Amino acid sequence: MSAGVGVDLENLWIRFGDFVAVRDANVNIKGGDFFSFLGPSGCGKTTILRAVSGFLDPSEGNVLIGGNNMQGIGPNKRPTALIFQNLALFPLMKVWENITFSMEIQGASARERRKRADELLDMIALPGQGDKLPSELSGGQKQRVAIARALCAEPDVLLLDEPLSALDLKLRQHMRTELREIQQRVGITFIYITHDQGEALTMSDDIAVMRAGVIDQIGDGKTIYNDPSTAFAASFVGENNVFRGKVSKIIGNEALISTNRSGELHARISTANQGKLQVGDDAMMFIRPEALSLAPTGTQGDHYVTAQVNHEEFEGNTYNIFTEGDGGKEIKISIPNLGQSFDDHTGQPITLEYDVSNAVVVPAGELASE
Amino acid sequence: MPGFLKEFFNRNGTLMGSIMLGLVLFWVIGLIILPQLSMLDFSFRPNLPPPEIGGPKDVYTLENYKYLIYGPEGGSQDYNAVDLAVFYRTLVAAVLVTLFNLAFCYPIAYYLGQTKGNHIRIFALMLIIPYWINEILRAFALRIIFGETGVFNTLLVGSGIFDTPFDFIRNDVALYAGLGYAYILLMIFPIYNVIESLDHNQIEAARDLGAPWWRIHWRVVIPYAKPGISSGCTMVFMLSAGALAAPQILGGPSSLWFTQLIYQQFNDNSDWPQGAAYAIVLLVTCILLVLAVMRLFKVNMGDIGK
Repeated sequence: MSAGVGVDLENLWIRFGDFVAVRDANVNIKGGDFFSFLGPSGCGKTTILRAVSGFLDPSEGNVLIGGNNMQGIGPNKRPTALIFQNLALFPLMKVWENITFSMEIQGASARERRKRADELLDMIALPGQGDKLPSELSGGQKQRVAIARALCAEPDVLLLDEPLSALDLKLRQHMRTELREIQQRVGITFIYITHDQGEALTMSDDIAVMRAGVIDQIGDGKTIYNDPSTAFAASFVGENNVFRGKVSKIIGNEALISTNRSGELHARISTANQGKLQVGDDAMMFIRPEALSLAPTGTQGDHYVTAQVNHEEFEGNTYNIFTEGDGGKEIKISIPNLGQSFDDHTGQPITLEYDVSNAVVVPAGELASE
Repeated sequence: MPGFLKEFFNRNGTLMGSIMLGLVLFWVIGLIILPQLSMLDFSFRPNLPPPEIGGPKDVYTLENYKYLIYGPEGGSQDYNAVDLAVFYRTLVAAVLVTLFNLAFCYPIAYYLGQTKGNHIRIFALMLIIPYWINEILRAFALRIIFGETGVFNTLLVGSGIFDTPFDFIRNDVALYAGLGYAYILLMIFPIYNVIESLDHNQIEAARDLGAPWWRIHWRVVIPYAKPGISSGCTMVFMLSAGALAAPQILGGPSSLWFTQLIYQQFNDNSDWPQGAAYAIVLLVTCILLVLAVMRLFKVNMGDIGK
């Protein structure tokens, strides 16, 4: 497996008139990585992808592929291949012609193209389907043909623009595994655009979380999930409970937060904000639903929260309790279903317990809207 | 009652269904089929003075068709060289006008179809408004533009490209321009319609896979636009071959259009059967030509309606 070709974004700005779509993005994507840009729609992630593929010129800054500045190089000359959100298979060409379109452009003979198409069809587990038209294939099959078409061009970097969003849930989950496998087999750099944090977390080596044109955090999935550096990253990736307040005391890398309605709570300061967060700053503390557990009612302490239960639900694998929370948001507690009996707490006060290492403090900021 | 008719009436109700069906039938049968059939009937009859119509001499004959091929009986030539030459030249010219129109309109249609924005509507309006002006006026306007002291000659002579004014009329440039201009909308809109529905991602995908722009058109856009192209070409070809005003006004003194011959037969010679035969020959030849070209390019009849 080759080391692959890296992609670097240097001080990248992209503006459309007065609108800033991408604000000073700096990203180093290592060769052979599966890198995801994760963010809500309209955050500028597709714009970045178009700048990498060459369909859009950056207003400022550079896109480097394999260390080479791509300034002035058109999409047909870049070592990238793009998989479109709607796949954009050519409807009038047979599957094998679709797959080998890039070879046709380079003047390869029909026999060579046929042979390569058969190899790729084997790889994507669609042997013998080359003579069909795209319209005769199912959604998942089209997906794979689009991947094969892009790989046939032997790109150094494969760009994927939410290619799974049109598939149903089961297929989407299956394709995640398949995409990751293909990426590891071919060993080239994948840049993946998605608004689905599940996709980003399961497939990626590294993830950039984007919000309104700004990259909030770059890191691997575990880091982003466990150690978010902004309120947005904490609330966008996975479910999270927010507690608002002010920093009342800093103890090394931990802090006490005097929250608006849950008293003084103890939490870990996220790595990116250690040394920056000051006493008196507005802060947000995040605790995942699965990091909260039930404690004997009335227990006091800086890692206990008392709240009134609003409602409860049984989800199969978990038992969820929703209590009143801060600022209109509920606090959710997920208790894994291990066969224990669940008492209905609706309307009762309960006490929740958490481990300080599982509670993260970041400066107050914009939350992801649901 | 066949199933589709029953469904048609169920959907539209008996009254509305009958009105719609009646109008369509009137249009097709009353305005198209019956007149054409009577023309067909004319073309097989001798040209008789009114008292003899229906008399013993009024029998079916191939005489009118023979005339186009062999000319008048006892004529000086074996074949009707003049009329056949006009016929041939008309068809060739109509094909050329069609090709010229296609080459000219495809880029415009592509631009209109794949560009977003308000200026596209203004662009389309600018294409449509000239058609508010009637055909005769437009033709005469072109005659002035292409005339000896017209804009083109003033420019060409003034800029020193030509020493003497170029006779656009005698050289049929004005005629081709007039015919081409008359039908650009009929070429642009069918192609525009199809290209507008082409997913822009497909063009980008082709580009991303390394295709230069002409290759994208050749492999992606044109195959997709084929129904529109064939629809536009068919209309332009049929109408050019059947045009009368433009050849009359813009044609050079030596170049007759076949429709002018037909017109002469009907009008000047009062020989309706002869005119009908010529018209039928033109119609049938054009249809056969179109069908042959459609087969060559593997276009279905159903695609034309798109």
